[in-house]
Amino acid sequence: MNEAVDLSLYARPSGDGTLGMDLAVEGIACGACIGRIESAVKRLPGVTEARLNYTNRRLHVDWTDGALQPAQILRTLEEAGYHGYPFAPLRAEAEAAAQARRLTRCLAVAGFAAMNIMLLSVSVWAGNASDITPETRDFFHWASALIALPAAAYAGRPFFVSAWRSLRAGALNMDVPISLGVILALGLSVVETANHAKDAYYDSAIMLLFFLLVGRALDHAMRRKTRAVAGNLAALKAETAHRFSGDELVSVPVAALEAGDRLLVKAGERVPADGSVLSGSSEIDESLITGETARRKIAAGATIYAGSLNYSGALTMRVTAAECATLLDEIERLLEKAASAKSRTMRLADRAARFYAPMVHITAALTFIGWWLAGASLHDAVVTAIAVLIITCPCALALAIPAVQVVASGALFRAGVILNAGDAIERLGEADTVIFDKTGTLTLPEPRVIDTETIDADLLQMAARLALSSRHPLAQALTREAASHVPFDGASEEPGQGVHAVIGGVEARLGRAEFCGFAQTPRQISKADVSHIYFSYGKRCASFAVSQKLRPDAVEVVARLRARGLTLHILSGDRAAAVRPVAEALGIGRWLAEVKPAEKIAFVESLQRQGRRVLMVGDGLNDAPALAAASVSLSPIAAADVTQAQADAVFLGERLKPVLDAVAVARRAHRLMTENLIFAAIYNMIAVPVAIAGAITPLIAALAMSGSSMMVTLNALRGGKSA
Amino acid sequence: MNVLVYLIPAALGLGLLGLFAFLWALRSGQYSDVEGAALRVLSDDDIDRTPTH
Repeated sequence: MNEAVDLSLYARPSGDGTLGMDLAVEGIACGACIGRIESAVKRLPGVTEARLNYTNRRLHVDWTDGALQPAQILRTLEEAGYHGYPFAPLRAEAEAAAQARRLTRCLAVAGFAAMNIMLLSVSVWAGNASDITPETRDFFHWASALIALPAAAYAGRPFFVSAWRSLRAGALNMDVPISLGVILALGLSVVETANHAKDAYYDSAIMLLFFLLVGRALDHAMRRKTRAVAGNLAALKAETAHRFSGDELVSVPVAALEAGDRLLVKAGERVPADGSVLSGSSEIDESLITGETARRKIAAGATIYAGSLNYSGALTMRVTAAECATLLDEIERLLEKAASAKSRTMRLADRAARFYAPMVHITAALTFIGWWLAGASLHDAVVTAIAVLIITCPCALALAIPAVQVVASGALFRAGVILNAGDAIERLGEADTVIFDKTGTLTLPEPRVIDTETIDADLLQMAARLALSSRHPLAQALTREAASHVPFDGASEEPGQGVHAVIGGVEARLGRAEFCGFAQTPRQISKADVSHIYFSYGKRCASFAVSQKLRPDAVEVVARLRARGLTLHILSGDRAAAVRPVAEALGIGRWLAEVKPAEKIAFVESLQRQGRRVLMVGDGLNDAPALAAASVSLSPIAAADVTQAQADAVFLGERLKPVLDAVAVARRAHRLMTENLIFAAIYNMIAVPVAIAGAITPLIAALAMSGSSMMVTLNALRGGKSA
Repeated sequence: MNVLVYLIPAALGLGLLGLFAFLWALRSGQYSDVEGAALRVLSDDDIDRTPTH
């Protein structure tokens, strides 16, 4: 089948007559792939540049306009053994990259300034203890001022801007005391220097900025990384649709579809967009949308939704605009409501900051008033108050949580869990109730043959290899048992009937019972949700029962989650007859069947009203609102797009174990964050009284700041062990 | 201690040189693919394989 592929949606002009395209590349295993991919693509006529970014697995290609069909690049990659998926980089991602570069520049300037000022400061401290002349000291202080003032003006902007915004909105965030501390410390230092004083605080102010920027940059780097992974996943999942242009079929990316387009949906494919059936009849599986595993018969005029699986016949459909789709509409409305409720839960750092920021200000103000009333000079009272402000500035606090998050997200990544939201770790660590969806979450996303043990192994292998030549979903289920992935020569498919081939001189048939020459349907497992596919090889024959199958480690993972003290529920949109056996196999007593999206939300909310923190694990479109409503949510990688976008994290693979690992890593991370916050509190309990007493010298401030920052970072590194 | 008058600016100048080198590296995308750079160095594709003697 030689269908034209239209990728013009992804090609962007990059000036001087060239077009550029970004591709997420799958299958990169080692460093040698870099050279292989780049040289293969560069050999194409018209390609001016091909550069693979190994860190985020993306290939950028530039070519002269008109010299090359972009589809050729995909074919070249395919021939080299890789899969390329074109994608348009998300705007949010580009903004995050620019923000990260800004932060890194600030960090570099602050680091440079901190090093050089410290060099001068240590000389002054040593000189104060021995024999520095006042003239030399003044020179050193002015040199420090020369470095510190421009550096702070540049590197402090992220804090100043945020503090200003917060103040204008009539609120206090953590950046207000930080900005105040830095500005006052620098201002005071200039005054002190002009008065030939012994001490100045340039080093404290700049070091404070440096440590805070490290925390910010870490936090940002992690969010950017998760966003890049999410972007690649989206590209990998972006499917193509067969669009009629005139009488010709053109393969186009789903993102390029518009309302009114006429599409062909072949048997075994997913419906690419919402729409109505023009011609053809088939059965469709809507389990990804509703959780219901029984198939729906459809004919011309029926409404079908994106994500449903076309089971038996080819369909021609017309795309309708998304707002016409009542189901999606309903789900999106619920989503919006649920998401707005979620933004009310506050991040741990913000909770700490809300309590902490006013305390800092009040303590500093009280120190000033106290010393002033006690008869100290205005100068001494101001110096002491500023020392309090600097010493309480939340170095440890600002570093503690991002550092733990970065380390924990690395551990999660190794366990096959990819974070969508940066603060998901702390919410996951607090979860005490887990709600599972059934279809595609506890069970494998694709149906499997469930009676493999009762069938002769050679017959099974032969049938599975023959099934490779069919696109029918039941045959696709059978192919997962195949040891060899080479289809038989000369196998041909008869639509709606089955496939046949001659193997070793004997006719082999796979498909409907009549097609295989079965007089009557033979031995069967008669249970809900079980479909059968038949196979005959000469005189030998077999039937295979295909059904939803539990994930291989579901029983063990569920038991271990329970052992960790979590309460488990199953909420499914499927019928009770289909949910009961799963619940019984897993030993989960609390289950509900035939639950609608709105009822799922209501259930989640009723648990949350009881003070429960709910982790929702689901994959269907019908789960998306509940995922958004839950305190924290996980989705398997096979989930519907809308669902995946709502989930806080996505887990890979066939196993359920990543859910267990995610809970384990997140709980440990949460403990470390709490420890770090407690450490910061203890540090303040010791340092603040000393500062209030007026005994803080710049040397002590420097030691306290770097010491506490180091402590929390080292503590955070303990979270990196795999679960 | 007069030596300090030109030694300290000299030290600062060197430090600034390092800072600008870093900022240039950042701007020109040297940090956009840190893992790839470590692997690219191992590739021999750019070496002319025809014997020279």
